[in-house]
Amino acid sequence: MSAGAQVIPDILRLDAARETERIEAEMRDIVFHRLRRKGAVVGVSGGIDSSVVAFLCARAFGPERVLLLFMPEADSSPESLRLGKLVASCLKVRSVVEDVGPLLEAARCYERRDQAVRMVIPEYGGSDKCKIVLPNLLEHERYAIFSVVAQSADGRIRRERLSAPAYLGVVAATNFKQRARKMMEYYYADLLQYAVAGTPNRLEYDQGFFVKNGDGAADFKPIAHLYKSQVYQLAEYLGVPEEIRMRPPTTDTYSLEQSQEEFYFTLPLEKMDLCLYGKTNGIQAEEIAPLAGMTEAEVERVYNMIDAKRRMARYLHSEPLLVEPLEQE
Amino acid sequence: MTHIRNFISENYLFGQADEIQDDDSFLETGILDSTGVLQLVDFLEQTYGITVENDEVTPENLDSIAKIAAYLQRKMDRQRNSRLGALEATGSRA
Repeated sequence: MSAGAQVIPDILRLDAARETERIEAEMRDIVFHRLRRKGAVVGVSGGIDSSVVAFLCARAFGPERVLLLFMPEADSSPESLRLGKLVASCLKVRSVVEDVGPLLEAARCYERRDQAVRMVIPEYGGSDKCKIVLPNLLEHERYAIFSVVAQSADGRIRRERLSAPAYLGVVAATNFKQRARKMMEYYYADLLQYAVAGTPNRLEYDQGFFVKNGDGAADFKPIAHLYKSQVYQLAEYLGVPEEIRMRPPTTDTYSLEQSQEEFYFTLPLEKMDLCLYGKTNGIQAEEIAPLAGMTEAEVERVYNMIDAKRRMARYLHSEPLLVEPLEQE
Repeated sequence: MTHIRNFISENYLFGQADEIQDDDSFLETGILDSTGVLQLVDFLEQTYGITVENDEVTPENLDSIAKIAAYLQRKMDRQRNSRLGALEATGSRA
């Protein structure tokens, strides 16, 4: 997706100034009054969502009450760190680089992931690169099952469907990354008596595109109600650098670059936005289809996918369950 | 069909097999997610000695106990026919 050039559908247009003001007021109430914390820690990836949250925090709390964290690891793109630092310099807020690579090495994150990949590609080497991808789910009725794409040192590409143990092994190992970063964010939150800002947009929050107790953990999530195209509108209003707004969204989790579409949404984010809006608001597929440039059958398929992902996301959203509820003030 | 029902029951219904009928859709009832489908494919390949091709991993083939049974039957018929064909070809060359 060329994000900066995206067309914003009318139904997803918002009054960016008013929405920013409303979010900032809520953020101040949540952090200062309800959570009684002195500011916010934001893990910044150089992507659009975390950049917008950083801008909102600086405006809501004041730049002196915000700490940005950059947490690269062995598979991170150097671009992520450069763009993260650009956000910090725009906002004139404090920032810290914490390389979480050694933490991940100690947890054997990379070794465990590579072992899982070798279940389906035995010759996969430690210096090879990989990512996991979904098939195109729009053309035919099919399941969202992952394949691993591996690139050897000489550039050869191989793609294999993952077995269940291999898939679970890759995901379980890779989830160390989000959890290691969250641990670091809470270190600084404890140190400064700050709250941790979560950065999911509505698509991610609704569809469970986060790691439980990893990037899914936070004290407040100020853009979780905004569709992705609305996040872009806010970004423009807030003055997020164009370079960040134009950067195609990436998960920045695997050693081979992976778009969010191929990992999770399987279709361009602007179309996914419209389908999620239609599904959430009870709009018939035939009405959404022309807006999204899709057929009615395709929209129906996406509606079914949304339902399936919502079912899977229930576990991710679930708090620890008690045998007996406790009365608390 | 009993093997398949047992697999679904043990792995996704945690023993409450009477909660599902042979024609119930796994997607509509939410019994299987994408990881569950991968596990089902592994089970079919290991138990029945077949190879489930990527383009066969569809709701049309795998979305209910009855559909899986029908898919398996087609798959095994095809394998038997191709083995017979290979034997006949060997015989005609001999």
